[in-house]
Amino acid sequence: MSEGTTTPPLRPPAPAKQGSHRRSIPLLGPLLALLALLLFNIFFTPNFLTAQTLNVNLTQVATIVIVGVGMTLVIATAGIDLSVGALMAIAGALAPMLFLNPPLGSPALGVALAFVLPVLAAGAFGMFNGLLVTRFQIQPFIATLVLFIAGRGIAQVLTNGQLQTFSNTSFQVIGLGRPFGIPVQVILMLVVVALFAWVMARTVFGRQILAVGGNERAARLSGVPVNRVKLAVYGISGLLSGIAGLIVISINSSSDANQVGLNMELDAIAAVAVGGTALTGGRATIVGTLLGALIIQLIRYSLLARGVPDAAALVVKAGIILLAVYVQRQRR
Amino acid sequence: MTHSEPLLQLEGINKAFSGVPALTDASLTVSAGEIHALIGQNGAGKSTLIKVLTGAYRRDSGVIRFGGAEVDFASPQAAQLGGISTIYQEVNLIPYLSLSENIFLGRERRRGPFLDWGRMNREARTLLERFDVQADVTRPLMGLSVAVQQMVAIARAVSIDSRLVIMDEPTSSLDDREVETLFGVIRQLGASGVAVVFVSHRLDELYAVCSGVTIMRDGRTVERRAMTDISKLELVASMLGKEPGELRREGETAFVKNHNQKGEELLEVRGVRSGPALRSASLDVRKGEIVGLAGLLGSGRTETARVVFGADALAGGEIKIAGQPATLRSPADAIRAGFGFCSEDRKIEGIVPDQSVRENLTLALLPELSRRGIVDAAKQNEIVERFIRRLGIKTTGPDQKIRELSGGNQQKVLLARWLCMNPKLLILDEPTRGIDVGAKGEIQALLSELAAGGLGVLMISSELEELAEGCDRVVVMRDGSSVAELTGDGLTQDHLMGVMAHGAAQAVPAAPQGGIQNHV
Repeated sequence: MSEGTTTPPLRPPAPAKQGSHRRSIPLLGPLLALLALLLFNIFFTPNFLTAQTLNVNLTQVATIVIVGVGMTLVIATAGIDLSVGALMAIAGALAPMLFLNPPLGSPALGVALAFVLPVLAAGAFGMFNGLLVTRFQIQPFIATLVLFIAGRGIAQVLTNGQLQTFSNTSFQVIGLGRPFGIPVQVILMLVVVALFAWVMARTVFGRQILAVGGNERAARLSGVPVNRVKLAVYGISGLLSGIAGLIVISINSSSDANQVGLNMELDAIAAVAVGGTALTGGRATIVGTLLGALIIQLIRYSLLARGVPDAAALVVKAGIILLAVYVQRQRR
Repeated sequence: MTHSEPLLQLEGINKAFSGVPALTDASLTVSAGEIHALIGQNGAGKSTLIKVLTGAYRRDSGVIRFGGAEVDFASPQAAQLGGISTIYQEVNLIPYLSLSENIFLGRERRRGPFLDWGRMNREARTLLERFDVQADVTRPLMGLSVAVQQMVAIARAVSIDSRLVIMDEPTSSLDDREVETLFGVIRQLGASGVAVVFVSHRLDELYAVCSGVTIMRDGRTVERRAMTDISKLELVASMLGKEPGELRREGETAFVKNHNQKGEELLEVRGVRSGPALRSASLDVRKGEIVGLAGLLGSGRTETARVVFGADALAGGEIKIAGQPATLRSPADAIRAGFGFCSEDRKIEGIVPDQSVRENLTLALLPELSRRGIVDAAKQNEIVERFIRRLGIKTTGPDQKIRELSGGNQQKVLLARWLCMNPKLLILDEPTRGIDVGAKGEIQALLSELAAGGLGVLMISSELEELAEGCDRVVVMRDGSSVAELTGDGLTQDHLMGVMAHGAAQAVPAAPQGGIQNHV
């Protein structure tokens, strides 16, 4: 380049900011909020610092986090997935059918299939969402509303509307197992969070998700396979919903198509929003979603521990979400 | 012209962003009815000064007087109520609403509790006629060209009774005729006592319409002159902070023609059609050649580029790559063939605003930077650092978000997005539009250098000097068809203008060497 035409720097070179410093800022808010909640409970809630309290809270939050991770990916592409709760119900309806009537009379095979097939089915339904969004260009809100409505119906048809109760220790490991005292679903939750935090940070797929959400037209012109990326995030959201569905029915020792995953889409979206992911797409933090879910869970726990009725706790929860999203907007 | 009390006076304005000064003792004075130019390179502080004035930013210190009183607007809305309206470079309208709805948004005409559509449509029509825009005011905005949308935005600002209208590069998406219409309106405004602050990178426009000029550099106001007192050369020199002598040696652009033997055929386009705007375009690009694509707005230039890059579907015609017939179903196909494309609109089709310089720069390269889907961070950083240095991208580092960069530096990142792929052919739609003179020169010099190294370039430009000095050949489009090709001595600004305006047949007779060939 000819230096002759180069103009002098417009401003003095700004002090080089460390990347890690800049990136840590978005999670600062949720982290501080979580810390404040923890401190509050440590001082004011009796028996808070016990393994049991920890386990109760983590067990309750695990499914929200697992579904929330899938939701984070979908929202990062500027989409939304309303069908997650219904997909949980479908997976929850399929699994008992498999291990209660094991194919080939093999209980082991029945349990193995009960872990795999319902999750794959939920994933396939997720891909169906993706197909509506990409091939048929339907807005994500409407596209996933289809299964939000129909999915629970499908689950009821599968079970003839009957409540399925069961006791099957090998299947219920996913909800009740505690290797080294740690609930299996908590381990699953941490694995899912770690895996997808890594996917977002290190893989081409993760980068392309953010590019699609940040500027779809620019992504397409840069050769990003926009439709494939979208199809994949809805599929992943479905798979993770399926896993969450299995956890819920094994905790309950029963599967009720009317109840499994009810309102899960709202809890998951709330966790994503509180965690600092932009609902407009293009910015996403998986760890933020984990923190968001923990914050909501701790608030609910703190209120219940003080004898505030669950109904009132819901109102407070909504208020906190509002506050969190407001704070996010301010920081922008 | 002498004016008594100035309408607007900004004095001693200081503003810093996290310790880095953006404005240092900046000032701006505009009299009532004056058309005043505000110029400077990107990053000189023009936009910051405007935002301080309209209340979008809080100033650290300084005084603003407007209409004789000291003012302190809390927000752009407050400034608008106070009589200052601003038209930004990017159109800020609502695509789904009709023209008259957009014009009267927020101050709808009513009859009792009901909207008075008849009156609004009538007033909108009268208003737009002043701008020579003939369009159905009840139609939604989104079907219309960017130029018409821009006119609507200006009409909206003008129809709010303002005493000062700020226009931030209002002409960047207008063709010559539309610019003339706009100037007519600006002069009308001036005559009726409304002051206009006019920000533009096109110097000719300033001389055509402005009476005074304020020049900014590095956050300071360096000069305030009457337009008649300052030559174009002095103006540029003052913006760049250089002596006029230094500039005179160079041409109008930083392109350097290389007269090497051109290489083999890269791209052959024959009679391509697509949609109503592209009826028949033909062109060739060889290795090491910069081919210009000229034409007025709406002549089918952009559509041609998009078809060649696989972004729009081909309705007819033929594209050959390296002599082989090719079918391009998507940009991904074109990228595999070694093409890169910088679109006309950086913000809408180029940058991913919330992502870092690093991610934006390597967006297209990512698949090649990875093994089994995992990005090789070390390799990525190495490439990003190299291109930041190579192109002189001014950034605090690879982690800085691209939306924080100036337009020129964003454009460099987008160029680097393709250059790091080692492309065979770069398709550039208005690569230097809306960026400062310095970055513009750097990009022009870079393109010459890359072409000398064997890269083929297909460049759309509205700037005649860029086409005449930068290109080996220029294909001229008119009404959706390529009508002529200018080469050698036939490639002059005058000829270009003639062909763009009248088509090849009536244009100047062909020059002895090279010349103008009619496309059939």
